Amino acid sequence: MLQIRNLTKIYDGGVKALNNVSFDVPDGQFLAIIGLSGSGKSTLLRCINRLIEPTDGQILWNGEDITAASQEEVRRIRRKIGMVFQQFNLVNRSKVLTNVLAGRLGYVNPAWSFLNRFPKEDVDKAFVQLGRVGIADKAYQRADELSGGQQQRVGIARALMQDPELILADEPVASLDPVLAHSIMKHLEDINKKDGVSVMCSLHFLDIVHRYADRAIALNEGRLVFEGLPKEINDAKFKEIYGRDAERVG
Amino acid sequence: MANKKNNKKPSAWKSISIGAIALLTLVVYAYGFQITKVNLEELRSDTRQASLQRVIRALAKPEIFEYDQTEQIINFPIYVPCHEDGTLPSSPEHGATDPYLVITPSCASPGDTIQVEGFNFAHNVTGPVRFVPGSDVTNIVTLGKEVGVTDNKGYFVLSMKLPERPSEDVQYIRASLYKNVGSPHFTQTAKDTWEKIIETVFLALLATTFGTILAIPLSFLAARNLMVPVRSPLTSISLSLIGWPIGMYAGYVIVRWVGNFNASLNLSPWLGLIAILLVLVVVWFGIRWALPQEESKQPQGKLIKGTRMAVMLALILVSFFGFFQLARLVMSTGNGLIPSLGSFGFLGNFMFQVGDIVLVITSVLGALVAGGAVSSIMSRFGQQATEKLPATGIKLINLILTPVGVATVLVLGGQLIQWLYQLNQPLYTLWGPMITGVVIGLGLAIFSKSKDALPTGMVIYYITRTILNGLRSIEALVMAIVFVIAVGIGPFAGVMALGLHTIVSLAKLYSEQVESIVSGPLEAIQATGANRLQTIIYAVVPQIVPPYISYTMYRWDINVRMSTIIGFVGGGGIGFLLQQNINLLNYQAASAQMLAIAVVVASMDYISSVLREKTI
Repeated sequence: MLQIRNLTKIYDGGVKALNNVSFDVPDGQFLAIIGLSGSGKSTLLRCINRLIEPTDGQILWNGEDITAASQEEVRRIRRKIGMVFQQFNLVNRSKVLTNVLAGRLGYVNPAWSFLNRFPKEDVDKAFVQLGRVGIADKAYQRADELSGGQQQRVGIARALMQDPELILADEPVASLDPVLAHSIMKHLEDINKKDGVSVMCSLHFLDIVHRYADRAIALNEGRLVFEGLPKEINDAKFKEIYGRDAERVG
Repeated sequence: MANKKNNKKPSAWKSISIGAIALLTLVVYAYGFQITKVNLEELRSDTRQASLQRVIRALAKPEIFEYDQTEQIINFPIYVPCHEDGTLPSSPEHGATDPYLVITPSCASPGDTIQVEGFNFAHNVTGPVRFVPGSDVTNIVTLGKEVGVTDNKGYFVLSMKLPERPSEDVQYIRASLYKNVGSPHFTQTAKDTWEKIIETVFLALLATTFGTILAIPLSFLAARNLMVPVRSPLTSISLSLIGWPIGMYAGYVIVRWVGNFNASLNLSPWLGLIAILLVLVVVWFGIRWALPQEESKQPQGKLIKGTRMAVMLALILVSFFGFFQLARLVMSTGNGLIPSLGSFGFLGNFMFQVGDIVLVITSVLGALVAGGAVSSIMSRFGQQATEKLPATGIKLINLILTPVGVATVLVLGGQLIQWLYQLNQPLYTLWGPMITGVVIGLGLAIFSKSKDALPTGMVIYYITRTILNGLRSIEALVMAIVFVIAVGIGPFAGVMALGLHTIVSLAKLYSEQVESIVSGPLEAIQATGANRLQTIIYAVVPQIVPPYISYTMYRWDINVRMSTIIGFVGGGGIGFLLQQNINLLNYQAASAQMLAIAVVVASMDYISSVLREKTI
């Protein structure tokens, strides 16, 4: 259970990216976060694993206060939270296998990982995860030789290596074509349904939200403006979330 | 809108300012001519032109190849002036095919011009024809010099003015024509140049290698994007400041003790080898036990953690023992091998020197490792204390620790000043810094919020940057002068100077590459729970490999070029030879050396561009 309480983030320039946001994510839920670009979706996701330090408020995960955790504790919390990015954020010049194994960095002994030594069971596991997303044959290719869809699958495999209890997906399909988008979303859905991993996923297209999400929240200029089932987003709600001039495209 | 208006009618002000700028430019260049003494009049003077011609011609003929030569020396007797009784010196006998001279007239007065003809000489050769004064045919003192050039029948003719050296005795006309024999071979200059150019290339190689190795860690400290997130609370900073000197001292003492213990054992080579193998086995199994590959699966009891720490400590000591033993073994083997290896003796010498370097470095390394370890343990302790204890407690601890930490650093600085300048005034070198440190520390402890993380990273960043920029502004040539004094004239001084300059300039270039990496992967690796060093190794290093290689190549180019002139100040390499030959006005030899430099620099350029293409 993830509980967000009065979360506020003010950037150095005075920009209020998150304004008193509170909501809960029960275990095993697929939560979609929608809103315009710049509405605070990415900031929200990054506050949860403290890639961005929140200014105020609390994030409670299974009762533990993430916002008050020490650096060591943050590392231990982060390794249970997988993250998938819009730009995939793979290390381009490294092999796919190395990129996937990087998901274990929070678990392995740092001294061995400096020498790029991973336990055998981790390597086996990496192949299993790559097989699960259907690209086991690419393990020894360089990450930048893969297509966009394949790179995002590597990103998912990396997140899976962490044995996550929660996956934060920051617009995972925004740089992919619609067909690829659905295949990536299906992988996330599969992880959510079969492994019971909670997923928080920021999305742009409402049809994807309707198709995959259990629940949706919407942000507008850092405020929580909607919280409910995806089908509750009707035209009136839509205008409320995206502004008066917006028109639906998907 | 405003622009449009301006375009329609160019204002007078604009024209005036353009005119003023043009005038100013003119004045600047005119003054530049004055300052740099541009003067073509010099160039037109005959003496300048003559010497320029001579030098350029010499430069165009690098002394690389030469022939063995045989001399054909023929002396022909002559009376100067003619004897009054008309006698002539008896002409020497010669065979039908031997070279001989004919002089017309056979005798003449001083100052007269005679004609000298040569027959049966080697074809198409040249050589001086001279007047030999005195009656001795072997006299090496000669007067006048004409050049005889034979045609393809071995015949030459020239006219020669007799010098003012009247004598009753017989004097001689000597033609000494040189003939090339055999095939061309390298001159001594070429051999020397070859030897020195090899020295030059290796000088550059060593300087680049050592410079690169040390520049890499420095470049991370000088990269803003890596250092900004490094923040730690005051307690942790103070503890780490105290930890460094304590750890370094302890490490140095302990490692020295291990070294002395090793030396006192004085193991024979075979026993030494066995000891090294033993150390390897112990360390291998020890590490396997004490450093489990996966943290999470092991029981995290306090006792087992402590035991593991103790085992690691013991292992480090054992491996230092191994280092020392290895160094000694390598030194003795290398030394023993030098005579038996013959011309490959340099391999033995290499082993000896490497062993020596390891011996020297090990103590320093031990000090650094221990200093880093103690400081990081203490800093972690401070971090945990800050997180666990209440703010007032931390403030109290800070009030004690921070003054001690800052004072330690300042006192050490003061002692360095004492050592450098021999002030012998404890007020300035001991008590002063101590009191200043205590005051600064108290101020920091009182005025900072006790739990706030301070930007340690940025402090380190600015200190590193300042040192790098300072050292970078000193040319390698100037550094070489210092090192020549430190380690004596020779290529080693050059290696040190170029190496130091390489460190500082590469660290700067590298750090700029680190600053320009894509931050996405960094974020992704951090999100997996990786620690800072893991993030650097997995997200930063792969991104910076290509630019690092290309900068290293570029630096290697620069070092080759620099090493060609570092000899001018005694730093070894071809520069020494070049400077010598220029000073001796031996331009043909200098030309050979310049040619060698050009060839080496051009080929290095080519090789490095090929390598760069391959690796990126």
